[in-house]
Amino acid sequence: MYLWLVAAGLSLIFGVMRVLNFAHGSLYMLGAYFAWVAFRVSGSFWVALLAGPLLVAAAGWAMEFGFLRRVYSAPEAFQLLLTFAFVLMLDDVVKLAFGPVYQSPPTPAALSGAVMIGRSILPTYHLFILGVGGLVGLGLWLFLEKTSFGLVIRATAADREMARALGVRSSRLFTWVFVLGAWLAGLGGALSMPVRAISPGMGEFIIIEAFVVVVLGGLGSLRGAFLGSVLIGLLHAYGLLFMPVFELALGYMAMALVLIVRPWGLFGVREG
Amino acid sequence: MSARAIASAVLALAVLLLPAVAGPFLRYLVLNMLLLALLALSFNLLFGMTGLLSFGQGAFYSGGAYAAALLLRAGVPLLWSILLGAVAAAALAAILGAFCVRHTRIYFSMLTLAFGMLVYAVVWKWTDVTGGDDGLIGIPRGRLGLPGPLDLSLDSPVRYYLFAAVLVLVSMAVLHRLSRSPLGLSLRSIRENAERAEFSGVRVRRTIYIAFVTAGLFAGLSGALLAPLEQTVSPSTAHWTKSAEPVMATLIGGPFSFLGPILGAVVYLGLKEIIVRFTEYWLLVFGLVLLGCVLTFRSGIVGAVEEAWARRRRA
Repeated sequence: MYLWLVAAGLSLIFGVMRVLNFAHGSLYMLGAYFAWVAFRVSGSFWVALLAGPLLVAAAGWAMEFGFLRRVYSAPEAFQLLLTFAFVLMLDDVVKLAFGPVYQSPPTPAALSGAVMIGRSILPTYHLFILGVGGLVGLGLWLFLEKTSFGLVIRATAADREMARALGVRSSRLFTWVFVLGAWLAGLGGALSMPVRAISPGMGEFIIIEAFVVVVLGGLGSLRGAFLGSVLIGLLHAYGLLFMPVFELALGYMAMALVLIVRPWGLFGVREG
Repeated sequence: MSARAIASAVLALAVLLLPAVAGPFLRYLVLNMLLLALLALSFNLLFGMTGLLSFGQGAFYSGGAYAAALLLRAGVPLLWSILLGAVAAAALAAILGAFCVRHTRIYFSMLTLAFGMLVYAVVWKWTDVTGGDDGLIGIPRGRLGLPGPLDLSLDSPVRYYLFAAVLVLVSMAVLHRLSRSPLGLSLRSIRENAERAEFSGVRVRRTIYIAFVTAGLFAGLSGALLAPLEQTVSPSTAHWTKSAEPVMATLIGGPFSFLGPILGAVVYLGLKEIIVRFTEYWLLVFGLVLLGCVLTFRSGIVGAVEEAWARRRRA
């Protein structure tokens, strides 16, 4: 589910800004680290969950406002490289600040138990993540479909030139979309903190996973990102069960296949 | 002979004479630079000329490395192992390229990334053949494999350096010829305006396909030469972070000139060598350099120098 949060942010940023954000995995990593720091300072998991993503959103703002907006006019490859430069730097910054070792913070007491549902036992924390993911998804959907700001975002995603001609201030909009995307990645990171150990380099892994998800679902489609992450989750689970040797390759195979047959994604809309 | 040709000849000679004056460390560093330069040139055959950014050169690089390593371990002489390794990589590129060239821009990059990671996953998991995450170890250098007195043993590092350097330099010359050939011209016309190129008789997809396979061949050669140098191959040669190296080298050096990727590879590895002496956080420094490159001079070092040169001439 936190994969969906990361993928949603990535997809949102790509859909609106047409920038493929390689640093998205690093933002996810930052989310986990910031949340961990907030947890150590405050001692409260809830404060950490709130503060971590917000700090990441602030970092996202700095990234967009300070750097990314300078290269919108350059070819796509340069935008990609700029975000890649951030991947390199953030990995090392984190290593510098927190050390290269793994950290595994505890699950909060209230969520550490397990729940019986039918015949299967589920850790409460997993249910909690599911709940948060669902809520955020619902919130995003309402925001994009029902508010005027959401309408502007959708309009820009659909036709940037036209939206600009109609008076949308795209540069300000881009900043906010990027901040929102960064917040989503940060939330994903913060949520993953108790389940997965935190380490520098965790971003490099998640970004590829998120790419796979976003491509599967269709670049720029939020619904696609959601269905894509469910699909990948299932693929990995069943892959591990039935053909463990191919588990790692399955996702990439699916990604390549989708790109070949339906480059606009399984659930995306064909462009032009 | 033009000044450029003389300069290249002098540089090539300097590379070949290096072992006479330099110790093992410098020799190793320069050879690594040459291999990265070749990889970056192969990447730039696509990027610089057609504007297609491949994020999967690592696939062909490791394809060449593994193929050569397996052949060498099976006792095939060195030269043939290397060449066959490169051919194997080209064959891989011929298969994957058939899919990749149907896409442009971001989708091309994504698909090459997907294929690159697919190769990585296969290498990682196919333990029987590739050794899994341990990789292949104990790769012999063996004998050159030419008839008669030329069948030299290449166990000595100096001899191997010379052998690899000659192959890289020859490849560079071939790639340089290629960039000036009709094929190079058609590729450049595709970068400028694919539609117009198509109308003026360039078969766009076929041309890109040829470039893709050629790029795979030389990336494979670079990888194949790595295997006997390190005497090990590991799956990290296929990881996307490896594929990013030629991209960075090219961008630093400058994608719009032939010299760019070579210079970029030298600067990239040189900087790394210097920075790691002061701090283990060399990626941080390097990220800053890359950031500076993207923000200020997008045509790389070569581009920046050319601009400065042009300004001085005008003044």
